[in-house]
Amino acid sequence: MPRLFETLFGKTESALGVATVVICIVFSLSTPYFLTVSNVVNLVQAYSVTTILAAGAFVVLVCGGIDISFTATASAAQYLAASLLTHYGFSAVPALALAAALGISLGCINALLTHYLRVLSIIVTIATSSVYYALLVYITNAQEIYNLPDWWSNKFTFIKYVSPNGDVARITLPIVIMIAVVLLTQYIMGRAKIGRQIYAFGGNPEAAERIGIGVLKVQLFAYGYLGFLASVAGYVQAARVHQAVPTAMAGQELNVLAVAILGGASLVGGVGTVGGVVLAVMFLAVLQDGLNLLGVSSYFFGVVTGLAILVSISMTGYAEKLARRRYTTGTQS
Amino acid sequence: MSGLEKKSGRPLSQNTEALDRLITTLRSGGSNVAGLLLLLIVLSGLFSVLMPRMFPTITTLQAMALQIPVLGLLSIAMAVPLISGGLNLAIIATANGSGLLMAWILTGLMPPHAGGATLVIWLSAALVAGLAACILVGIVTGLLVADIGVHPILVTLGTMTLIHGLSIFLTRGRTLSGFPDFLIAISNNSWMGVPISFFIFAVVAVIVHALLTRSKLGIRIHMIGSNLEATRYSGVSTRRVLVWVYVISSVLCWLAAVLMMGQLNSAGADFSQSFLLITILAAILGGVNPYGGFGRILGLFIALWILQVIASGFNLLNISPHLALASWGLILIFVMAVKRVAAIHSLTLIGRRSQKDIQTKPISGERPEDQQ
Repeated sequence: MPRLFETLFGKTESALGVATVVICIVFSLSTPYFLTVSNVVNLVQAYSVTTILAAGAFVVLVCGGIDISFTATASAAQYLAASLLTHYGFSAVPALALAAALGISLGCINALLTHYLRVLSIIVTIATSSVYYALLVYITNAQEIYNLPDWWSNKFTFIKYVSPNGDVARITLPIVIMIAVVLLTQYIMGRAKIGRQIYAFGGNPEAAERIGIGVLKVQLFAYGYLGFLASVAGYVQAARVHQAVPTAMAGQELNVLAVAILGGASLVGGVGTVGGVVLAVMFLAVLQDGLNLLGVSSYFFGVVTGLAILVSISMTGYAEKLARRRYTTGTQS
Repeated sequence: MSGLEKKSGRPLSQNTEALDRLITTLRSGGSNVAGLLLLLIVLSGLFSVLMPRMFPTITTLQAMALQIPVLGLLSIAMAVPLISGGLNLAIIATANGSGLLMAWILTGLMPPHAGGATLVIWLSAALVAGLAACILVGIVTGLLVADIGVHPILVTLGTMTLIHGLSIFLTRGRTLSGFPDFLIAISNNSWMGVPISFFIFAVVAVIVHALLTRSKLGIRIHMIGSNLEATRYSGVSTRRVLVWVYVISSVLCWLAAVLMMGQLNSAGADFSQSFLLITILAAILGGVNPYGGFGRILGLFIALWILQVIASGFNLLNISPHLALASWGLILIFVMAVKRVAAIHSLTLIGRRSQKDIQTKPISGERPEDQQ
């Protein structure tokens, strides 16, 4: 019996996959509006920013750290790009490159402080996020930038699909960027040498250092990559809402972390897959959208998310306990 | 066996002696509190020199004493789990949730214009209900942390989302306002020139300090923070201690909620969200070890004054409050850097001394522990 539980729930990814498929079936049967192309596409688009940020936060979690400054980084990069374009007459490529560079450097500052001060990264990033965020609001005076250039705020449509009943579904830039980010992260964490090193460092920093992995390099990459993805997310977020607002993403950091953790990344580091993170986003997105379509108040969604997190960590905790018991007693039941 | 003892006897004991001394200084927090006091004096002196007529006045002091209590109570609510090696991300959600419950009883159930005995009964009913809700939250959180066995950050991320979600769902995002004068008086009136809320905060700080340093429970909270498994094997019911940790934390949230209701004359699900990370910042600045096991309420108390002096000073200098927030972050990084340098220094001292004695590689090594 415990064995059955473990095979069912031991791997977060499979549990999430099963849960997502089940609620998809339930919602498709109970409302005709759920499984339409336009609904699915809109859903993916609505969660593109969360997915991009969660992919970055996931890399840092695997590295054994917790970064909560990424929303401040995203807002800063977004605002830098927007003001360079609108006030200083930059063209697209240099503006976006500078914004990405800002994101990467803010991430690297976190890595350097974490490494040299030997303090938990969550503490370092609490300090840096208040610095980044406060400076951003101070410099910008919390003023929005509305007149974004056309190529940014106009929706690029890659594929347009019109269903028989007249619903229009557009595959737009946010979706394409999101897919690219997921594939890139999957490549880095699954295939590239640096990805394996991040897993090794997150799993056991001491051992990783002894086998000759450049500890500082790994941390710089992980936090820098999150900074880079934060700047991408900032760009996508502004494209979705057609304006750059310094305070738009404030307070989202814990929600994004919750998604990454729900997807199976562990706080201890060394564990987790990109697929799990994507599944976690899908699970929450489908749940929220389905409940909406069924007429359940959107105010109820926080309760659902909270319960989902608690159930998920209970299952992981239970599976770990079983594994530990088997390891210590050596039983093969 | 005896040969081994002989070979390592004297030097090893000296080595552990030095380590013991380091641990005692760390534990007493002596140097830490002195350093924080120095920082507080330097900052106060700086602002007094900059504004000799505005800053060092009774009015400024009173204004600061009025600002500290809510953040202070929430910071203690964060510090106790931190000392136990955990974290309680749900403090703000708990405070807002119990605040809304009390507000609902006072505005929705209590007959309007109630006075005299009726008012007293309803007011106590509201306070007791809020307290009971917080104790329940604490017990559930503690049991989850103890039994699930995953890091408290995850558990409290879940409870935070759940409690906040419930508050939003039940209020539909609205705020409740209009409370009895008594509640408002607690938060805004003064006694002998000192705000009543500051008295409450100070008394609570002393009680929690005594609890943590003098009681059996307090010592066990520290032990759990240092090593949970070892504490369990030494016969302590870690489950019960963890439940106490989160009950204490949640009850402090209730107190903060009462003060917040009085200060703002309203309650809502999204109030004071920005305090969450600041309480962690204050606790760490006050010398609470983020890995658990060490930390003093006295240090936290001084840290809160440091933060408030910066905020009030910047405010009087007409500098943006955002820059005050930025300098809070910078101060924390600065203090951590100073501690890091001090740790490297003291550990190399130990290393050098033992190296001279036993002519081998020191136990504490060139790689200092992450313990600060």
